[in-house]
Amino acid sequence: MPTVLLLGAGSDMAVAIARKFAAEQYDIQLAGRNAAALQPLQQDLQVRYGVTATTHDFDATSFGSHPAFYNSLPVQPDVTICVFGYLGDQEKAQSNWEEAAAIINTNFTGAVSILNIVADSYAAKGQGTIIGISSVAGERGRQSNYIYGSAKAGFTAYLSGLRNRLFRSGVHVMSVQPGFVNTRMTQHLTLPPLLTAQPEAVATAVFKAAKKKKNILYVKWHWKYIMLIIKSIPEGVFKKLKL
Amino acid sequence: MQKRLANWGNYPAVASDENVFTQEAQLRKFVVSNTHMIARGNGRCYGDASLGEHSISMLRYDKVLAFDKENGILEAQAGVTLDQILDIIVPHGWFLPVTPGTKYITLGGAVASDVHGKNHHVDGSFSGHIIDMDIITGNGETICCSHTAHTDLFWATCGGMGLTGVITRIKFSLKKISTAYIKQTQIKASNLEEVIRLFDEYKHYTYSMAWIDCLQKGDSFGRSILIVGEHAAPEELSAKQKEAPLKLPAKRKLSVPFNLPSFVLNTFTVKAFNWLYYGKNYKKEMHKVIPYEPFFYPLDAILHWNRGYGKAGFVQYQFVLPLNKKEGLVTILKRISDKGWGSFLAVLKVFGQQDSLISFPMEGYTLALDFPVRNGLLPFLDELDEIVLQYGGRLYLSKDARMKQEIFWNSYPNAAKFAAIVQQYNTNNRFVSLQSERLLLTK
Repeated sequence: MPTVLLLGAGSDMAVAIARKFAAEQYDIQLAGRNAAALQPLQQDLQVRYGVTATTHDFDATSFGSHPAFYNSLPVQPDVTICVFGYLGDQEKAQSNWEEAAAIINTNFTGAVSILNIVADSYAAKGQGTIIGISSVAGERGRQSNYIYGSAKAGFTAYLSGLRNRLFRSGVHVMSVQPGFVNTRMTQHLTLPPLLTAQPEAVATAVFKAAKKKKNILYVKWHWKYIMLIIKSIPEGVFKKLKL
Repeated sequence: MQKRLANWGNYPAVASDENVFTQEAQLRKFVVSNTHMIARGNGRCYGDASLGEHSISMLRYDKVLAFDKENGILEAQAGVTLDQILDIIVPHGWFLPVTPGTKYITLGGAVASDVHGKNHHVDGSFSGHIIDMDIITGNGETICCSHTAHTDLFWATCGGMGLTGVITRIKFSLKKISTAYIKQTQIKASNLEEVIRLFDEYKHYTYSMAWIDCLQKGDSFGRSILIVGEHAAPEELSAKQKEAPLKLPAKRKLSVPFNLPSFVLNTFTVKAFNWLYYGKNYKKEMHKVIPYEPFFYPLDAILHWNRGYGKAGFVQYQFVLPLNKKEGLVTILKRISDKGWGSFLAVLKVFGQQDSLISFPMEGYTLALDFPVRNGLLPFLDELDEIVLQYGGRLYLSKDARMKQEIFWNSYPNAAKFAAIVQQYNTNNRFVSLQSERLLLTK
């Protein structure tokens, strides 16, 4: 059975993705800051789908631990999905370096650190799939969340470069740009229903797109066009907007 | 952030903040640092029991922890819905020990309402099948309770509408089945007397309920169809069904996409519906083997069927009267028929004995009716409440959005004992719903 490694398995989106892949008979490796807290999900995947699921301690911001973490996995995963992220508090991060660093280190540096290791391993084997969950927030900096947005922009650019590098080795890299997703991370925000996806819909879209080897996936197709418009606004106009 | 929340009847609607939890530690932290919160599942109860100032959404607290396929025992977190459980257990030859008329409720909701099904007279309510469960009480402690441990908490939680704390984990026994089909018999009854006699005649069947046409008068007063069933044995299936006896045929779901205007349901349309429904049974007695879904969950086939009642919403009215007070049933049905406020659905069922603290069922007749919200409805229901009380009956808390507090206190014999246990575990009034405030169960 093929195996999927989920990095940041505690989030609602990760739960949905884990269930989708398990339903398709993939074994699942759940990695997160608190492996013990992932145990109910591990049991859930085994009972519902009859697959093997394991839990692993993984901290995205503890960069030095990443090589040992990857080498200690019981099986080398066929698919690695980088789901972790930290929205943080924009206003706080503007003047508090710790908050800003946490946002950057989780969304960008941590992702680069672990995916470099996975990429080398996949390149050497000449196969594998890497999926990175980035964000539409990374497509243009806005005053309301540009620290998170710029970290995600970095991650999006990283994934695009990685895709370019690994193409010839037979390794597929997919970038996912979800718009609003109804999760615990966004539960206290007012989200427009038409543009907001359920985590289960994101999971299904990710699975189907990965099967088709898509390069860039926008979950909720509207977002592709919304971002095209947003990106085409001249900077002189954009800077005056309250976004 | 405040959201508009309402349960299945769309009445009442309140502004409440919704707090989603996936981990016990997060949930415990929220419980000990807030007051006036209430746990909420899939919002399929009809009243205001799961509506409050702060709501705790359990829908993502939904991990299935263990399934013992040998002995038929399932253990899961409280937010798993029954439809998900059925998908897991039915292919292995197990079924829910008790199920209400919708499978879109959570396990936690099933316990908090101590739900009953068409098999109450044989298998009792849900609480009878629980092995043990965990509850986070007002002081943040997780207590495991059962029929033998912390029994006061156990019995105040079964049917206790979430007032003792947040139910987080439930372990319960399943029912063995050999097919996913039901052998169903439908019997026409030309009036109320006859259907009550038929209930007795068919009481050896595991599942039974009757649909009543409330708008009939005179000789056909209480005209009904009794529907009884048993889990089908493999040899009773058709050749096609036999190919995969534990698998249901796939089918499409219909949906009511938006609230229908409220004039759609009027005396005329309800009469027409009931006429068609009754006429569909062209023979006195009809037998067929059908998948379990249309037998247990006929309305689940139409997603959002509640929108059929329009924007104003509807209330469901369900009461039970003791076995020796069937004249009360006649009195109430007469009132409804005189008023001409036909209920789209009226369901009659005979309950067996039940020995619990605050659960709704008691040995007797239970009738469930839907009424669209309109002027004059609430005073009319208050009149019905008085009749229910006078005959020694009571109302189902899961379907209640309007009962006066004195009706509750006078009709539930253990109300005071229940309130005392709630006080003990509900430290600092942490768990408060619109219903508990209205019924003076919490401050």
